[in-house]
Amino acid sequence: MDIAQTSLQPLLEGLVVFTLPLSIIAFILGLILAVFTALARISTVKIFQWIARFYVSIIRGTPLLVQLFILFYGLPTLGIVIDPFPAAVIGFSLNVGAYASEIIRAAILSIPKGQWEAAQMIGMTYSQSLQRVILPQATRVSIPPLSNSFIGLVKDTSLASLILVTEMFRRAQEIAATNYEFLLLYVEAAAIYWIICFFLSIIQGRLEHRFDRYVTR
Amino acid sequence: MITINGLHKQFGQLEVLKGIDLKINKGQVVVVIGPSGSGKTTLLRCLNILEVPTSGSITIDDQTTDFSTKVPKKSVDALRKKSAMVFQHYNLFPHMTVLQNVMEGPIIVKKLSKVDARKRAENLLVKVGLGDKLDFFPHQLSGGQQQRVGIARALALEPKVMLFDEPTSALDPELVGEVLQVMKDLADEGITMVVVTHEMRFAKDVADEVIFMDQGKIIERSEPNEMFTQPKEERTRQFLNLIQVH
Repeated sequence: MDIAQTSLQPLLEGLVVFTLPLSIIAFILGLILAVFTALARISTVKIFQWIARFYVSIIRGTPLLVQLFILFYGLPTLGIVIDPFPAAVIGFSLNVGAYASEIIRAAILSIPKGQWEAAQMIGMTYSQSLQRVILPQATRVSIPPLSNSFIGLVKDTSLASLILVTEMFRRAQEIAATNYEFLLLYVEAAAIYWIICFFLSIIQGRLEHRFDRYVTR
Repeated sequence: MITINGLHKQFGQLEVLKGIDLKINKGQVVVVIGPSGSGKTTLLRCLNILEVPTSGSITIDDQTTDFSTKVPKKSVDALRKKSAMVFQHYNLFPHMTVLQNVMEGPIIVKKLSKVDARKRAENLLVKVGLGDKLDFFPHQLSGGQQQRVGIARALALEPKVMLFDEPTSALDPELVGEVLQVMKDLADEGITMVVVTHEMRFAKDVADEVIFMDQGKIIERSEPNEMFTQPKEERTRQFLNLIQVH
């Protein structure tokens, strides 16, 4: 019990200093990337479509861990050296961007054509229609799957331990390596991940409720 | 007010409008009838350029746009501004209140100040009998109420021509009357209207002229009385028999 208590502080430190910031920054950057990728996919300009398809295909078609290794251990060969944390941010952002772009694309396509037409009819441009009419409604549709992505991301950040980011799971590994309490420390880390994700689910529920106020369905 | 010359519209191999010529005067209420697939809705949508015609030209007010060559975007926007559409399925913005729905066009597109846009929207909503529903969301209203918001939203753009695409077709029968009444009031105010509808009673009572379309062409146009009692064309007669005008 003592070990559980003394190890709690470094674990939480890893959580607050790396795991959460990494998750949040990567998710925000990833979402921005995802919106543009989704728009490129549904654009009528062929070259945009191809670039978006290629990007999504590469990211979805290769393991996240391999991507992180290329960024952190591979690129220095080309003289590009990135510190662990920024490398993790880049890796996870690219990953979120690709997966979330499919969610956002589907959400945009789920908005009835009549909404585009009504926006057009009152004289809106494409980008005005998108910003004022389509995306606000698409946001509502995409909250459940995006919450899924975010929860997945929080747990995936444990992979950053393998590129030397001293996030929570790496702290657990380091402590366990000195006192051999593997089960205890890994279960402790697991419990903290679970608590975080539990609260995220609650936030998801609140968000859904808020966005549901304008629909009865 | 509206002049249409040689208007064609093709969807791939399918020719939906096969050369429409039409003149509509200021203040006229024109009802377009015809069997489904006759092109009446497409004609209406072409007037607001929700469909881009394949060839021909449209003039509304002082704006002429010729579709036979590649049309500049500016010319499309200028023509679209002349009309406003009321949709069969209302197409209100569900994430905005009734008031916001009506204010959106004037603020975003016409660059009206919020105060002015709000005043205009409130006046119009009072006019269509929804002065007490300003802060409701569309889903909290009945179909008839939603469609009246749709009419107010279109009016807020101050168009030269109001276009109605089967405005009562999606409504429960008991809600049709309230929408038709609002349309009737607009007609009495002298607003130029083009209405695609199956409401023959409305056509009889309100229209200055009825146009019968079939297979992408205008078959016959005349005053409602004449159209309904002594149609000149056999196809018109068949259609009117089918829908049984009382």
